[in-house]
Amino acid sequence: MNLPQIINRKKLSVSEKFYNFFATISGLTVFNIEFFKQVFIPPYEINEIKKHMIELGVKTFPIVSVTGFIIGLVLALQSLPVLQRFGATDFLPATVSLSVVRELGPVITALIFAGRVSSGIGAELGSMRVTEQIDAMEVSGVNPFRYLVVTRVFATTMILPILTVYVIFIALIGGFLAVIITENMTLVYFKNAVLSAVEFGDLIPGVAKTFVFGYLAGIVGAYKGFTTEGGTEGVGKASTTSVVMASLLILIFDMVLVKITLWLWPTF
Amino acid sequence: MADILEVKIKNLSKRFESHVVLDDISLDVHSAENLIVFGQSGTGKSVLLKCIIGLLKPDAGEIYIKDKNVLELNINELNEVRKNIGFLFQSAALYDSMSVRENLEFPLKKILNMPQNEINKKVIHTLELVSLEEAIDKMPSELSGGMRKRIGLARSIITDPELMLYDEPTTGLDPITSKEISELILNLQKQLKMTSIVVTHDLICAEIIADRAIFLREGKIAHEGTIDDLTGSKDPFLKNFFSTKLIKD
Repeated sequence: MNLPQIINRKKLSVSEKFYNFFATISGLTVFNIEFFKQVFIPPYEINEIKKHMIELGVKTFPIVSVTGFIIGLVLALQSLPVLQRFGATDFLPATVSLSVVRELGPVITALIFAGRVSSGIGAELGSMRVTEQIDAMEVSGVNPFRYLVVTRVFATTMILPILTVYVIFIALIGGFLAVIITENMTLVYFKNAVLSAVEFGDLIPGVAKTFVFGYLAGIVGAYKGFTTEGGTEGVGKASTTSVVMASLLILIFDMVLVKITLWLWPTF
Repeated sequence: MADILEVKIKNLSKRFESHVVLDDISLDVHSAENLIVFGQSGTGKSVLLKCIIGLLKPDAGEIYIKDKNVLELNINELNEVRKNIGFLFQSAALYDSMSVRENLEFPLKKILNMPQNEINKKVIHTLELVSLEEAIDKMPSELSGGMRKRIGLARSIITDPELMLYDEPTTGLDPITSKEISELILNLQKQLKMTSIVVTHDLICAEIIADRAIFLREGKIAHEGTIDDLTGSKDPFLKNFFSTKLIKD
């Protein structure tokens, strides 16, 4: 079989693509409903949730640290020439901090988190599905949805806001380093400028939406993994499609949540 | 043999799209009996087990386990019934992220809520039954195929089930390990007085374990009897099946 034949073998018709799209949407909806049905029913797997929060936090800690630092640094370096053009370099700390706190920190952290965590959950649960581990759990009388899905999704929902606050802090350090490289600005001046520009009200909506992003990253990975079919090939697909779908949903929900925030607090 | 019914299946049917896998099957399994289910690949042997345990929902029919129709139970009632059933998967289905000890502790902690000191004793005792005490702190990835099957078996029997379902327990094992696993299943069945339904292609395994055997063909029970009845049958299909198996094995 030559390359075009291999590619065409997997080609789906338009109707099949539509069918798959709506099947995924309806499947994900049912999965979400099941999550909210199960999440409040005891026993609560507190130890499992704690274990997943620590694992996910440790797993993503290095990459979000580097990303946060670089975002702050690059944002400051890119903004500086523009502000210099208008003689407004004093506004650099405010520009960097507001951008990072309101939008870049939450969204970039969520996207990095989705890339690392959704694919991981998708692959882990997918491999458990194809090797009958989920069936084994079910026949032993344990509810696999509650034990495997609810704990992971709850952990992703809780850990992402913590990581986001950390990333915002690291990004501000990156921004400050860029400023002291290029401008004669002290740490005290930078800190005061940031604190006077950023209000607590700026932090709340930015961090609050990361609860939604964390939930999306977890639920999409869990859905793709839990419904995996087709052996190891299916596990690979579950892993990659988890990242694509979670990232896309994060961006769509970001747009919606920003609109809602502006509608509720027009001065934000 | 005791004549108490452990499992009663009435007019069970299951299809996947247009493919009929089980077609109006009726079957009785008595307490402490070892029933072997033979059949070619794809004839619904594993589907039958999965219907009994509630992993698959049949299209029609009734399945009684100790007089309870499992198809009419809600999930909590079904889980209560499942506490008395062990299931050994073809791949053993050990939890990859847990050590052997944690794999065995899992059903005791989650289902029976036993105190930790009793759990420790029970884990050691069950590992002794399958002669793998030394593997207690190993991860599943460190175990051979035969060891995985033994640990899978240990995890299935640790809750003292009254009914054991085996899905091809000796597939993928060499003949010596396969014989050892078959003898282990028989010994455990005798010690623990369990009822067993064993899906297998392995004639040697069946000869060691079986009290009775059925042969599934085109979704129906085509033959029923002892192993000698089936292997000595004059039916050309059965003759061909068992002669091919013997040459292969």
